[in-house]
Amino acid sequence: MHTKEKTSSVIVKVAIATIIAIYVLFPFFLVVINSCKTKDAITADPIGFGGANFGQLVQNLSDVINNNSFPFWKAFGYSVEITVLSLVFLAVFGSMAAWVICRNKTKWSTVIYFTFIASMIIPFQVVMLPLISTFRDAGKFVGINMLFSVAGLVFAYLGFGGAMTVFILNGFIKGIPYELEEAASIDGCRPEQTFFRVIFPLLTPVITTVTILNGMWIWNDFLLPNMLLGASSGGSGGVTTLPVAVQAFVGSKVIEWNLLLSATLLAMIPIIVLFLVAQKQIMNGMIEGAVKG
Amino acid sequence: MGNEVSMGKKITAILMLVVGVLFFVRAMMLDFSGSKADFRGAMLIIGVVLIIAGLYFFPTLRYHRTIINIIFLFPLLFAFLVTVIIPLVLGVSYSFTDWDGIRMNNIVGLANYTKIFSQKDFIWSILITFMFVVFNMILVNLVAFLLALLCTSKLKGMGFFRAAYFLHNLIGGIVLGYIWQFVFSNVVTKITMTLIKDNTSMLENFRTAFFAIIIVYVWQYAGYIMLIYITGLNTVPGDVIEAAAIDGASPMQTLFDIKIPMIAPTITICTFLTLTSAFKQFDVNLALTNGTPSADFMGEYITQGTSMLALNIFQTAVVKDNYPLGQSKAVLFFIILAIVSILQVRISNKKEVEL
Repeated sequence: MHTKEKTSSVIVKVAIATIIAIYVLFPFFLVVINSCKTKDAITADPIGFGGANFGQLVQNLSDVINNNSFPFWKAFGYSVEITVLSLVFLAVFGSMAAWVICRNKTKWSTVIYFTFIASMIIPFQVVMLPLISTFRDAGKFVGINMLFSVAGLVFAYLGFGGAMTVFILNGFIKGIPYELEEAASIDGCRPEQTFFRVIFPLLTPVITTVTILNGMWIWNDFLLPNMLLGASSGGSGGVTTLPVAVQAFVGSKVIEWNLLLSATLLAMIPIIVLFLVAQKQIMNGMIEGAVKG
Repeated sequence: MGNEVSMGKKITAILMLVVGVLFFVRAMMLDFSGSKADFRGAMLIIGVVLIIAGLYFFPTLRYHRTIINIIFLFPLLFAFLVTVIIPLVLGVSYSFTDWDGIRMNNIVGLANYTKIFSQKDFIWSILITFMFVVFNMILVNLVAFLLALLCTSKLKGMGFFRAAYFLHNLIGGIVLGYIWQFVFSNVVTKITMTLIKDNTSMLENFRTAFFAIIIVYVWQYAGYIMLIYITGLNTVPGDVIEAAAIDGASPMQTLFDIKIPMIAPTITICTFLTLTSAFKQFDVNLALTNGTPSADFMGEYITQGTSMLALNIFQTAVVKDNYPLGQSKAVLFFIILAIVSILQVRISNKKEVEL
């Protein structure tokens, strides 16, 4: 009797979980299935398999990629470049700064640390407009192009991602015994050697966390690249990122859902592949970031 | 011998410093003289790098640690200063002027602020943002908590469901917004047509469009919050729950009297996360409705019936090209967020003391 109840409740639970999963994943199914149809077939039957075939998928994808108003490969390349560079700089410079802030208990380091923490509540909107003018004017003044450039965007991500990065790293570095650094210094390590040879390798798990958190945000970010690179950069010239390109593409089109959905499919694939490869790390990273942040 | 090495080092370091300073000063002189030479940017960077290298190689034992501290802090702090602190100070001061993005002519005091409060569409925007935040906070937390309960029950295959529920949180709001625009305008209408012979899209009426945004947002965000609840629930020790079961507690009693009180800190974290993220949400709003359709409010026709604060600021500044008003709205947005965050921190500190 008792075991019977248990199996029935298990079945109910699995059934509920499955139904929720179907509901939750249904939009993705719709994207895939409708990317395999022509425009008219979608209007006729947007839900079922009617009119879907693999040849049409290839056709849609190549139409999207070769479309002048959706520079997929260029946007993808820039997105990768910008994300990777920002993540490397944030990891290296972020841990350097966090280490200095954590290991020097002076008035200055405390002030810097609390400024970083307080800055995390600043919404992007409030700095958005002056940021553009600062980048434009400062760039013009010193002769380094900050607007419409990869360098400017990476620099901006270093500034905006710095606070959270330092905060999470700081919490981790606090837990590393200071004796380790003392021992290294007695053995003749200079401070920078102590950091790069002793401390930095120990930071691997927390740098993974920080990189995942920053990576998800930077890869998907729309507003910052849209403001700094300009909405007009979606065309043939200029730097653009995937979210900006997708938005520009949809904005420029009379609604042709077969192409739009194929474009969103292309934009989603890299993230989904990454998630399938590093599922555990990504989920753990997101949890740790939230609990510490 | 050792002395010679250190002499050589000293000379190299000083040489680097001198050349670096020369480059830096020359580049700055070119900047101030209004030169348009292309090489001045590279010159400045080389100058700064040389100064840093010179400082780094400077053979001093006493100040070496200080030098390293400064070099280590410099890149991040410099970027933070240029991208956050300076624009923040400028932005707050610009909101009291008629700055149009390029130049400012007059200080107008509080005129921008009185103007934005006389605009009904902004009041409307504040109202629906608060409504959106409240709905979201409750719905996301409720859905996420139920999903977490489901996923922590010891069943096979729960790892798969957990991943499936979480997946869309990784995809950007812009892409998700367009996907759901398709779902609402093509798929849902098809279903309602067959069921109730009505094919008006949810996005055509501001009330239903508002709920459409909530649906998408809950769909996107609940998986993430669920993960945090799962972590919280996993910290509840198994023997406590077992003891409760032996004492004859029903599953409901276990839930309300043991699990929920024990994960109170997690609930605080999740409430805070949903609160601030709902306030700031922009991408889904832009991609799904772009503020449309229109609404009636206090006898006035508002074209942007579902435009929440973040989108309203963007539209004022970028689309309508009204920088002063957009900037003042943004400052107000910042103040609201700061108040909410401070309240949240205070409440959570109090709760922790009580526990």
